[in-house]
Amino acid sequence: MPKNTDIQKILVIGSGPIVIGQAAEFDYSGTQACQSLKEEGYTVILANSNPATIMTDHTVADKVYMEPLTVEFLTKIIRKEQPDALLPTLGGQTALNLAVALEETGILKAYGVTLLGTSLNAIQQAEDREKFRSLMKELGEPVPDSMIVNTVEQACEFAIEIGFPLIVRPAYTMGGAGGGMCYDMKELKETARSGLTLSPVNQCLIEKNIAGYKEIEYEVMRDKNDQAIVVCNMENVDPVGIHTGDSIVVAPSQTLSDREYQMLRNASLKIIRALEIEGGCNVQLALDPNSFDYFIIEVNPRVSRSSALASKATGYPIAKVAAKIAIGLTLDEIVNPVTGKTYACFEPALDYVVTKIPRFPFDKFVTGDRKLGTQMKATGEIMSIGRNFEESLLKGIRSLDIGTEELWLSSLTKENNEFLISSLKKANDERIFVLAEVLRRGMTIDEVFEHTKIDRFFLVKLAGLIKLEQEIENKPESIELLERAKKLGFSDSHIARLWNLSVDDIYQLRSDAGLRPVYKMVDTCAAEFESETPYFYSTYEEENESIVSPRKKILVLGSGPIRIGQGIEFDYATVHSVLAIKEMGYEAIIMNNNPETVSTDFSISDKLYFEPLTLEDVMHVIDLEQPEGVIVQFGGQTAINLAAGLERRGVKILGTNLEAIDRAEDRDKFEILLDELDLLRPKGKAVKKMDQALDVANEIGYPVLVRPSYVIGGSRMEIVYNEDELKAYLAKTTNMNTEHPILVDKYITGIEIEVDAISDGETTIVPGIMEHIERAGVHSGDSIAVYPPQRISETVKAKCMKAAELISEALHVKGLINIQFIVRNDEVYVLEVNPRASRTIPFLSKITGVTMANIATKCILGTRLRDIGYKTGILPENDYVAVKVPVFSFEKLRSVDTILGPEMKSTGEAIGYDKTLEKALYKGLIASGLSIPQEGAVLLTVADKDKEEMLEIAERFHQLGFQLYATKGTATYVKKAGLPVSEVAKIGADEPNVLSIIENGDVQFVINTLTSGKQPRSDGFIIRRESVEHGIACLTNMDTANAILNVIDSTTFSATEIKQKEVVL
Amino acid sequence: MNKKQLVLEDGTVLNGEGFGSDRMMVGEIVFNTGMTGYQEIITDPSYCGQIVTMTYPLAGNYGINRDDFETVHPFIHGFIVKETCEIPSNFRSEESLDSYLKAHDIPGVYGIDTRKLTKIIRKHGTMKAIIADQSEDVETLLEKLHRQKLPTDQVPKTSTIKPYVVPGRGRRIVLVDFGMKHGILRELTKRNCHIIVVPYNYSAENILRLKPDGIMLTNGPGDPKDVPEAINMIAELIGKVPIFGICLGHQLLALACGADTEKMKFGHRGSNHPVKDLDKERTYITSQNHSYAVKEASLTNTDLQLTQIALNDGTVEGVKHKHYAAFSVQYHPESSPGPDDTNHLFDQFLELIDEAQRKNKEEAYA
Repeated sequence: MPKNTDIQKILVIGSGPIVIGQAAEFDYSGTQACQSLKEEGYTVILANSNPATIMTDHTVADKVYMEPLTVEFLTKIIRKEQPDALLPTLGGQTALNLAVALEETGILKAYGVTLLGTSLNAIQQAEDREKFRSLMKELGEPVPDSMIVNTVEQACEFAIEIGFPLIVRPAYTMGGAGGGMCYDMKELKETARSGLTLSPVNQCLIEKNIAGYKEIEYEVMRDKNDQAIVVCNMENVDPVGIHTGDSIVVAPSQTLSDREYQMLRNASLKIIRALEIEGGCNVQLALDPNSFDYFIIEVNPRVSRSSALASKATGYPIAKVAAKIAIGLTLDEIVNPVTGKTYACFEPALDYVVTKIPRFPFDKFVTGDRKLGTQMKATGEIMSIGRNFEESLLKGIRSLDIGTEELWLSSLTKENNEFLISSLKKANDERIFVLAEVLRRGMTIDEVFEHTKIDRFFLVKLAGLIKLEQEIENKPESIELLERAKKLGFSDSHIARLWNLSVDDIYQLRSDAGLRPVYKMVDTCAAEFESETPYFYSTYEEENESIVSPRKKILVLGSGPIRIGQGIEFDYATVHSVLAIKEMGYEAIIMNNNPETVSTDFSISDKLYFEPLTLEDVMHVIDLEQPEGVIVQFGGQTAINLAAGLERRGVKILGTNLEAIDRAEDRDKFEILLDELDLLRPKGKAVKKMDQALDVANEIGYPVLVRPSYVIGGSRMEIVYNEDELKAYLAKTTNMNTEHPILVDKYITGIEIEVDAISDGETTIVPGIMEHIERAGVHSGDSIAVYPPQRISETVKAKCMKAAELISEALHVKGLINIQFIVRNDEVYVLEVNPRASRTIPFLSKITGVTMANIATKCILGTRLRDIGYKTGILPENDYVAVKVPVFSFEKLRSVDTILGPEMKSTGEAIGYDKTLEKALYKGLIASGLSIPQEGAVLLTVADKDKEEMLEIAERFHQLGFQLYATKGTATYVKKAGLPVSEVAKIGADEPNVLSIIENGDVQFVINTLTSGKQPRSDGFIIRRESVEHGIACLTNMDTANAILNVIDSTTFSATEIKQKEVVL
Repeated sequence: MNKKQLVLEDGTVLNGEGFGSDRMMVGEIVFNTGMTGYQEIITDPSYCGQIVTMTYPLAGNYGINRDDFETVHPFIHGFIVKETCEIPSNFRSEESLDSYLKAHDIPGVYGIDTRKLTKIIRKHGTMKAIIADQSEDVETLLEKLHRQKLPTDQVPKTSTIKPYVVPGRGRRIVLVDFGMKHGILRELTKRNCHIIVVPYNYSAENILRLKPDGIMLTNGPGDPKDVPEAINMIAELIGKVPIFGICLGHQLLALACGADTEKMKFGHRGSNHPVKDLDKERTYITSQNHSYAVKEASLTNTDLQLTQIALNDGTVEGVKHKHYAAFSVQYHPESSPGPDDTNHLFDQFLELIDEAQRKNKEEAYA
């Protein structure tokens, strides 16, 4: 079937900013799809508001619109570009929902835009709970007892009928947002209410609980000729009840016999055929472990997180093939790019075990609700490959980069059995470690099964690992056990702990015994056909398939799983670094373990090692490949943290050297450096003992900024205003790792400025300076950044530039450096220096047109900036304004405080750019998911210290015609200033009270600031959470509020009376 | 634990641990890429005399159940895996893979780099191999291997000796057993057929005396040219009764029509083989297990028409007779293991029978 030649221009909708449930996987699939369409000769127009992606690179599409993903803006794009077709199935739920909305407005029809891929009807049949159920009935495919409800009352009635527990699933939401398992009426009411609010069609499915069933997924594809295949099936280690995004998942299924496998395969194919999907589709099924009974749980009629995983797990590029299907090609004529010899119409055969483990944000959100349920909470995931389940699992554990390289958490060893059993029954993010701990304490497999219903196959494997661990412990330095352990995936550091030896000792023991891994290829066909995919994983077996080329090689370390503070931005930089290495004529080798990202697409690098990023695993690759050196500066803290160990083992770190990194990160050395360069910094000190902190704080004066050194994304950073707060902070911090000292700094309020520079050691260029809307104190990743800066003078810019130049020279920076400043009274204070890629690299690269990671990589490899035409200085500014607006996933994370502070909380970012700051901000805020109503009401409830500033804001809202509501203290203050305000009662008082007006949607904005310290369950916290649950913007920072006011101001007209002037005759 | 070695004809030695039977065994080494279905594979008589290695590294996870056998006594000569599961987990599991192989005296080896083994087979083609204790001298084993000829009597070994009936009320089918998988029988009984299973060397005359509505030629092991009597028998039946051949049955039908067969380098074995139906212009995922194939060029001067090809390498996967009601496929529409996407072929066969009967009636009345 030839491709469709009626169309030439295709509009692709991306998935927008990264939030929990819709993350980097859509950068990977979107990028693949766009390239796939371009390959076929189509003109690709891309709309995506996420600047941190490879997808929005100008090379990926012919035209890129980084505009808000709303009907309004897409309509503008359609009018301007007049595309022939629209492809919405590769941009997640966001793109699908937009396609539905665009169709409804009639714009597609008006402009003759054909919808490619799956039809809207099919999308609705899969997404709409009622239509889906009736289709399943028609097909004779079983679905669990359920009822569609539109009100909380209906939900309760049905619950009485079928009993508890049950599951609430909101329609048209992603990552199970708003849904969850309910055990009683109270939970049901709460969940149903939030689910109905979050569902764009106010619809929820109340479903009978089928907990204990195996959760199996099939990734299927179909073309217009009705040819359909299964790319991969996957089995969740946990039974139904935990969102698959939060479960450990293995591929292929491990406990299904062929009959069960084929039965579910048939069901999945029947569904994709009935829905007439043209492209990829994900079918989730629940299988009774004791019979052939099964239920269809869910169908996603598009590429998804699971399909990205399936692509990486099998090598089969689902998004690429889906895009080709969308333009009319059929599976039997699309060549399998992995083998280059066979066709896409086949079902990949794996000869390894893949494990996916979710990465949770609870190291940041310590107060968050860690229980796992039907709502996804993970921010990212890792994938690992092994030749047995144990190896795959253990490699996965150490890929997580959570400070343990084994199934062991020291914190759990202190917990009592009761606690462990309760967390077996109700799973939390540490589930796998809890399982290991109870087995270690001698709980039997049957007991564990009783509590968890996890299939015994997995429990037996885990128990086997614990048994071997005990054998190892009892038999120090046994080579035989060492060999068995390595084959089952044990890390050197695990064995080192058991034998009380150092990691280097184990490495030596192994080297002497010749115990080193080999690398096997991922080839989609289990070696049946010859393949040349440069995609490898390690295992302890005989034959090594990774042939080392005679070329000069550079190894780039990726950034591992996506987590708060280390997001897709680093993958973006990594990909550009790899491309630059290739341009320079070297062989580019990458190591990473994140299945969602572009960097782990085997077509990006010359060679991909899908491996954990630990010293042991990296050294194995280095031992084999013997690269010229390793680049660590694009892989975030994960890669940087490996640098010291690598250097110790004689590996050359390319680019800025380790000493420079240390000088920037070690507080004392950093101070000396700044003093030498005569640069200002906020007063402060690094202290190793707690009581010293109090002395330092008293000396420099409150408020102070406290934080541990060497952290990602401002982890555990706080501003404290008095001694009591500082003591409270220190008390929380005592059980922390004390290897790194605590930093106590004077907290200066001022304008925060961020600079990313590229240097070769001689020449330093700054492609652009960014200014933050929020004053210093809000983490830079959570602030709105503006380029070019609007409030600082040329003198200040010059000072920043000078500082960047001096620091780069002093540190002999080769590559990227990120510097944060505070500007107060035209003085520039250096806040922080990071001699590596920062999260603003993609944003800056895109708005300035300078591919920073590319140039930086060239500097690392010896190119002089001077030789490619650069001179030290700031590059000329653009005449438009761009803003980077943070995006949060608070609605997915219950019990997480939404207040902004020094600790980063955002999961993604959106861009807005236009001629003026207000227009850019408007777009950025809209793109970030905020709605900016032109009228309505605002609730004010602020701390005393902020009341004066609040008044200004209240006045402005009043002028714009907004009604003011306020809690008692704030209301009194506002009244005193002569503004009309309605006082609302506090929490718990008769309605209307402060919560009920939020709940009822009486207010459009909430302005709330932190009272004092961090009381997790304060009234303020409840107010903030209530706003999030109801989708109402809660502004916790006066600067953000002012920025939004500016936007409203510039887009509305206020009624102003003419001032009476005395006429002087 | 007993240390075992797998020695290949080309001199490759792969070391592992033994499970199942402890005996020394020679066979032809082949690989199967299915990720599930080891029970069906072990009991598929088409593997008679072969040592099978699974490319998927874990085997035995869901144990052995009482339902999924493809024959009563397995004919496989050995089973090579990366890992065998000692404590299986599945509601139907009756015993472990190890205990099943022990009971049937089939040696197994685990702990082998099966991907390396697969690549050797891919590069050098299927070859003879021996499973033996590691204590055995490799040279001696190689000598033994070279001396030993691969058998040519697998069909007589696996076929039924006497005819028997599986009664039903529907169409009357004679099933010629060349080493039949139970799956074929299952598909026919599911369709309520009255089935008479006859041995591979049953004469055409005797078959016709049974007054069948249709004849099915089953799968079976080895080289189709090893059973010339069957080729003659089929040649006599063509045009008299509708015929449907599967796997070896397909090759025999082709030979009976004057086409030729050849041995493939390493064959097709797995559950993921795409086959293109040239009439329908549609590709199906099929379950396959064959070392031999019909030569496409040899079809030219016969009454056979090429109907299906393997998408990846163009192997002949299906033919039909240009004039008579006879067709065959190289793959396994009965699946078990593997996808049953082509299960409709059984219905197609029954329709062919009905059509033939209609025609006969029309002719009778004409």
